Amino acid sequence: MERIPILRMGDFLIISIQVDMHDRMAMTLQDDLTNKIIQTGAHGVLIDISTLDMVDSFIGRMINIIASMSRILDAETVVVGMQPAVAITLVELGLTLSGVRTALDVEKGMELLRAATRSRRAEAEEREDGSVEE
Amino acid sequence: MEVSKSDALEIRVSDDVVLVRQAVRKWAIELGFSLVDQTKIITAASELARNTIDYGEGGTVRLESLIDGFRKGLRLIFLDNGPGIADIELALTDGYTSGKGLGLGLSGARRLMSDFRIESRVGDGTRVEITRWK
Amino acid sequence: MSGSKTTDLAEILSKHEKGLLDDWLGELIVEAKAGRGTLRENELRDQCREFLNLLLGAAKAGDFTNLQSKAWTPVREMLANLSRSRGLQGYSPSETATFVFSLKKPIFARIRQEFADDARSLAETTWAATELLDGLGLFTTEVHQKAREEVITRQQQEMLELSTPVVKLWEGILALPMIGTLDSARTQIVMESLLQKIVETGSGLAIIDITGVPTVDTLTAQYLLKTVTAARLMGAECIISGIRPQIAQTIVHLGVELTGIVTKATLADAFAVALDRVGRTVTRKAARS
Repeated sequence: MERIPILRMGDFLIISIQVDMHDRMAMTLQDDLTNKIIQTGAHGVLIDISTLDMVDSFIGRMINIIASMSRILDAETVVVGMQPAVAITLVELGLTLSGVRTALDVEKGMELLRAATRSRRAEAEEREDGSVEE
Repeated sequence: MEVSKSDALEIRVSDDVVLVRQAVRKWAIELGFSLVDQTKIITAASELARNTIDYGEGGTVRLESLIDGFRKGLRLIFLDNGPGIADIELALTDGYTSGKGLGLGLSGARRLMSDFRIESRVGDGTRVEITRWK
Repeated sequence: MSGSKTTDLAEILSKHEKGLLDDWLGELIVEAKAGRGTLRENELRDQCREFLNLLLGAAKAGDFTNLQSKAWTPVREMLANLSRSRGLQGYSPSETATFVFSLKKPIFARIRQEFADDARSLAETTWAATELLDGLGLFTTEVHQKAREEVITRQQQEMLELSTPVVKLWEGILALPMIGTLDSARTQIVMESLLQKIVETGSGLAIIDITGVPTVDTLTAQYLLKTVTAARLMGAECIISGIRPQIAQTIVHLGVELTGIVTKATLADAFAVALDRVGRTVTRKAARS
């Protein structure tokens, strides 16, 4: 079966969805991604949808689920490159993906992930420092 | 009002949803819809095609190019012989779902199109007719 | 039956071509003088001659009842050009249609002359001529209308482009200064062009300034909101600035939720916020020592 490849780049996983996804493909992607996060211990997931010409509630729901699952597994998710027509339609459909970070392109998305991981690391270090002082 | 072209497609398995989207995209482009309108029509079609499989046990969609005076339009009629919908009002409420979806399929499709008509008889099936005018 | 009458008509047209032209021109000149009188006589004569010529050609080829048929293409093209150019020059549809209708009188006179003793043929041929000229006259009106519509659409487009420029304030910061009443159709187009520009320029921030907007209705307020949400989905943030007190009241009364949206009183305030987001500050130049 056709699969959407998941690339690893340092601490992050990158997915670029470039085909008109059928529903089974979306389900497989969810499973593959969860496994990959656990396998690699990645701290960020970037989903590039710049070539998608449509996001319906099924794909929207998939993105939401990926984001929630990643969060549980300690990884941030950022969706990049959504086209204006797709965004307008998604809003009209009633889907706002409010729990998902977004960025205009892959470069800005990576920046966002790096910043998020940095601030999280800083918090963690602060906590550790605190415990040492005690 | 005149139907200048029409065609019908089967919706049986989940891969058919992709085929419906592709057909609808082709027709919408032919009719000269703007990119945003194309996206709205394709998304609505995707939602209803999936409903036909998930809740209607499969069915058909009929595509029709319409000419009404100076207006041009695209009409899609989704037909199934499934269990039907007991409470249409409830089914059209945002967030209501009897299955595993987000409950935005019907209500979202209605918002994305110009005209929306639904008829359903319990035990008989459901007919959803959506039209977008240019 | 009608076939023979149309042949008669074709014969009459051919036989009296010269006389028809003179009479018709006479009619048109009277009309033109009564009206605006701007058309040059030479030009008019050329147009009339060409039309009669093409009409005769088509009439000989035959089918009078179907003006859409191929035989009539040259006539239709000539009339289309004529009424389009007249439409653009500001002629009214009836003035344009008069060009064809004024040919009736001279043709009827010739038909009367030919069938002075044959009432049946007279009536039938007159009817064939009436149908033909009415059809052609209506055709000019249709083309005229279309030409005017094209002008209107183009002007609307130009107005939209004029009234809603998306400008770049800084690397990564766009501004959309909106001016005039916002109806939902216009808001929709403007917002689409803003989102498009965000993608084209890769700008992460957009300021929608509505200082120049006197009122906002529910639908428009909702469009504004939807645009902000759509921009967020794309990865850009919008700041709305210049909300007048009345509009603020309307928004609250309409129950439109603006939570989660950054609003600022003035474009300057919004710009300051935007600069801060992209990591810039504006400082006073130090005095040179």
